[in-house]
Amino acid sequence: MQWDWQVFCKSTITGELAPGCFGSGGEVTYLQWMLSAWGWTVAVALLALAIALCVGLLVGTVRTQAARPWALLAACWTELFRNIPVLVQIFLWYHVLPIFIPVLKNLPAFLLAACALGLFTSARIAEQVRAGIQALPAGQNQAATAMGLRLWQRVRLVILPQALRMVLPSLTSEAMNIVKNSSVAFAVSVTELTLFAMQAQEETARGLEIYAGVTLLYMLTALLVNRMMALIEARTRVPGLLAVT
Amino acid sequence: MNFSRSFSRCLFLLLALPSAMLMWPAWSYADTLKKITDSGSMTLGYRESSIPFSYLEAPGRPIGFGVEVANKVVEAIRQSSGKKEIKLVYQAVTSQNRLALVANGTVDLECGSTTNNAARAKEVSFAVNYFYAGSRLLVKKAAHIKGLADLAGKTVATTTGTTTFGQLRKVSLEKNLNLSVVPAKDHADGFLLLESGRAMAFAMDDILLAGLLLNAKNPADYEIVGEPLQVEAYACMLRKDDPAFKKLVDDTLLGMMKSGEFDKLYNKWFTMPIPPRARSLALPMSQRLRENLKSPSDQPAS
Repeated sequence: MQWDWQVFCKSTITGELAPGCFGSGGEVTYLQWMLSAWGWTVAVALLALAIALCVGLLVGTVRTQAARPWALLAACWTELFRNIPVLVQIFLWYHVLPIFIPVLKNLPAFLLAACALGLFTSARIAEQVRAGIQALPAGQNQAATAMGLRLWQRVRLVILPQALRMVLPSLTSEAMNIVKNSSVAFAVSVTELTLFAMQAQEETARGLEIYAGVTLLYMLTALLVNRMMALIEARTRVPGLLAVT
Repeated sequence: MNFSRSFSRCLFLLLALPSAMLMWPAWSYADTLKKITDSGSMTLGYRESSIPFSYLEAPGRPIGFGVEVANKVVEAIRQSSGKKEIKLVYQAVTSQNRLALVANGTVDLECGSTTNNAARAKEVSFAVNYFYAGSRLLVKKAAHIKGLADLAGKTVATTTGTTTFGQLRKVSLEKNLNLSVVPAKDHADGFLLLESGRAMAFAMDDILLAGLLLNAKNPADYEIVGEPLQVEAYACMLRKDDPAFKKLVDDTLLGMMKSGEFDKLYNKWFTMPIPPRARSLALPMSQRLRENLKSPSDQPAS
């Protein structure tokens, strides 16, 4: 079989090779389309990650630290969002919720996809935060209480700074997973990388080249997230706090 | 058992199997008409759910527009050969295996929803085209949309992985319509986008749209409008390089077209209630098919 990498320089309108690999006058090449699809993938993933981190942190902390009814609520949240397949959740956000909350209908699909993906992942992050908190020696919390710190102060100043440092490696995995899971957004018509691949390989009949390009971009994005998290891990390290240095 | 003997047996099987598969096409009859009159039966390849061309009314009992055309072909063979006892045998085919089964002789004739195109014409032969599918717009009647021009600046859904997506982008740029194309996961999802109001129209092949409406909750709320963006011809498929059989199938279709029988058959399957739900596709004959009745063609639609 012959590789034909020029497929990326073809116009998505006429199918002709565009000079300089970039189209003009409203015409775009498959390369441009792929880059814009990459943008949507990154947008969905980053927004979902932000939602997942905020909500996951809150739910994980509440589940371990707050009074019983609140902890129970947090436990329910976790079970609800991690027991429903992410594709089903995305359909619920896109097709079912707008029936009850009409405002959602006016939101762009990528926001709804990011919400669905973010809340799904928030359940997983909440569990990791809980693992980190419960791994701390009981003396930490007791000593902080003895010093007269309130609940919010104990969590903010003593517990989370230690717990989060412990679970950073597994949070890295979760952040990389979000990039890859963002491909479910194609199901609600977000023109991200997976949708681009499905359509472009049909139009150009060069499936292998298209999928190779898309795979490369997914890998690149996941690697960037990985390096970013590694940087955070190195920057926030406190010598002597954890067993492994 | 002796090792070398069992080994040579294995080797024999390994070599024999692929060579038997390679020889398979050579067994097929070049003269389909002789095969049919000798064996007393013609094998029709049918589809399980290509409504209304070829689909199952009950297990093993295919019905449809294409099945009736095939019955006419058998009738013509009975008349030309003088043998009364030739019967029609059914063999299920799918979109993946239909070409191979026609080429290797398992199936003599396939009358379903097969597009007549140049790539396939290298392996099989096509009879006179009997349907033209055009990609058109499904809209809500209440929206009063009559064509693409009414959709300028609006959202149009289409299915991911189809050629219609590219056609929409092209026409949007050429006519400066500024369409916002929403790619749906599949045909059912495209209809859902229209139903829920996220898209003003769903662009797809008219026959598929009519099929979706057949199962919709309230089909009366929708209509198929606009000029086709692109047209594909459907035709019966038969073996390549068999001019006698092709002529017989073609003559059968041409005779039906001339006598008005084709019109009646078309109306029966496309505009009147059909099994299993006794609903009508409500798809009147397209301009393109009408032209084909006047000057029949067996070539792909350009």
